[in-house]
Amino acid sequence: MAIVAQHTKFSKIAWPVLAWVVALIFFFPIFYMVLTSFKTDADAVKPEFLFSFTPTLENYANMTENYDYWRFARNSVITAVSATIFTLVVAVPCAYAMAFNPTRATKDILMWMLSTKMLPAAAVLYPMIFMTKAAGLYDTHFLIIMVLSLINLPIVIWMLFTYFKDIPKDIIEAGKMDGLNTWGEVREILIPLAWGGIASTALLCFIFCWNEAYWTVRLTTTDAATLSKLIEGNRAPEGLFFGRLSAVSTAAVGPIVVLGWFCQKQLVQGLTFGAVK
Amino acid sequence: MGRIVLKDVKKSFGETNVIPPLNLEIDDGEFVVFVGPSGCGKSTLLRMIAGLEDLTAGDVEIDGNVVTEVPPSKRGLAMVFQSYALYPHMTVRKNIAFPMRMAGIDEETQKAKIEAAATSLNLTDYLDRKPGQLSGGQRQRVAIGRAIVREPAAFLFDEPLSNLDAALRVGMRLEIMELHEKLKTTMIYVTHDQVEAMTMADKIVVLQAGVIEQVGSPLDLYHAPRNKFVAGFIGSPKMNLFEGEEATKRNAHTIGIRPEHMTVSKTEGLWEGTVGVAEHLGSDTFLHIHETGLMDMMTVRVNGDFAARHGDKIFLTPDENQIHRFDAEGMRIE
Repeated sequence: MAIVAQHTKFSKIAWPVLAWVVALIFFFPIFYMVLTSFKTDADAVKPEFLFSFTPTLENYANMTENYDYWRFARNSVITAVSATIFTLVVAVPCAYAMAFNPTRATKDILMWMLSTKMLPAAAVLYPMIFMTKAAGLYDTHFLIIMVLSLINLPIVIWMLFTYFKDIPKDIIEAGKMDGLNTWGEVREILIPLAWGGIASTALLCFIFCWNEAYWTVRLTTTDAATLSKLIEGNRAPEGLFFGRLSAVSTAAVGPIVVLGWFCQKQLVQGLTFGAVK
Repeated sequence: MGRIVLKDVKKSFGETNVIPPLNLEIDDGEFVVFVGPSGCGKSTLLRMIAGLEDLTAGDVEIDGNVVTEVPPSKRGLAMVFQSYALYPHMTVRKNIAFPMRMAGIDEETQKAKIEAAATSLNLTDYLDRKPGQLSGGQRQRVAIGRAIVREPAAFLFDEPLSNLDAALRVGMRLEIMELHEKLKTTMIYVTHDQVEAMTMADKIVVLQAGVIEQVGSPLDLYHAPRNKFVAGFIGSPKMNLFEGEEATKRNAHTIGIRPEHMTVSKTEGLWEGTVGVAEHLGSDTFLHIHETGLMDMMTVRVNGDFAARHGDKIFLTPDENQIHRFDAEGMRIE
């Protein structure tokens, strides 16, 4: 008894402590970045000024006035929102078809879609740049929206497929008996029943689009450049402008962190769906 | 009206032939039960009538019109599923209204029909609840309500009581039979439970491996099973079927005798055996008899209570008029 009680007492203290330590380790870089964004570039590189410094908004003012933050932010919103919508418009019917009218090839198609994620992006970088330039699509919203959509489609279809699989086929068939056509089934039954799943998938897709850097940095110059490009552009090799870089980074990740914070519950549900049932 | 005719309907999944060409006529207003062991194709057949399953060949006719290519909702049929298949995101009211809304029926008529259906199915107090807040029996009643308001040419029931507990099942069975009496609409009912089939049907269709073994009234099937399969499937406890000298004596390959068609005695009788398990139900006693030399275990039903214990010697005498004879192919000999 004593051992059990001791053990329980130990886990009651040890686990929370461990959890806090891990959380702080993960949180520290972000905290450090936010802190640095309020320092001058000179203060930013001095370790002794970690906590004791005079906060300044200079970096943020500089960012909005001289580096056109709002244009990059607007591009990020336009491309991420459009790509998320486009991805869902393609993925919902696709996942619906595979979940409710599977054929012998369905499993293979799903695996094939996933396998496209295994292609190293760098392998097709130069073909992509040359082709898009030749087609006149380089540095356009259209190109970025398409690229973001296509890289996220497999995972989005997989997630939606998992959600849809959980809707009993009988309900769809009852709908058929009651007079629904295919579009009606999607609108009246599928979307209302899978709403939570669709929402968390959309959210995740949006986050992936927003955070994407490999292609957005390499396929844009100015017109379609997103916040990733802004960060990239402020990365001076000399490493002297930490304050400025931190401000840009904070402003780039800020919206997504806030969004993620509010949608935590849906996100966790979405990611563990099917795993714990 | 709801006369349904199946003409040479056939269903294959790839190479597997689930239903070989099959013909069946269902008259308007009939209560037809498809019964058979699981995997016999009874649900597939029902789904083919509903239009949820494509036909590989043949035609389905409803009231003289070929509907083989007509989508499910345009066939004028309503289906009640085993899983109820209610729309979980809609209230009971909206569930029942759904087929009417799809058909573009005006709201006044919808309201009146919902009220009427809810009253007859005891659902009035639950109209604003969601299916998740209802018991199994109530859910099944909502599913029936959703079917009724469509005023279909025929109701299709796919094992509707299988998910309910035993007591509720008996109650719902009576409700469905009452409903049939009231509406006089054709009903096709799929079940693997031969008791449901016997008690509910005007006409039973016994299926095995997609083949119709026999079509007839419950008592036809009970008294004159066309073959050994039907003989063994219909009736509870099962008919005792055996081969051997006793069968040859009666000019048959196999003979069958139902448990209720034998008299039991502790002193004399035609066949002798040893009592195994005795099940005392009060109203009846089921005795499982071993060492008869006829078959492994023979079942006998005695009216009322019969004092018998494990290991007792016992004598059985069959009612000769109730012995069913079958030939080597398992077909009935008249």
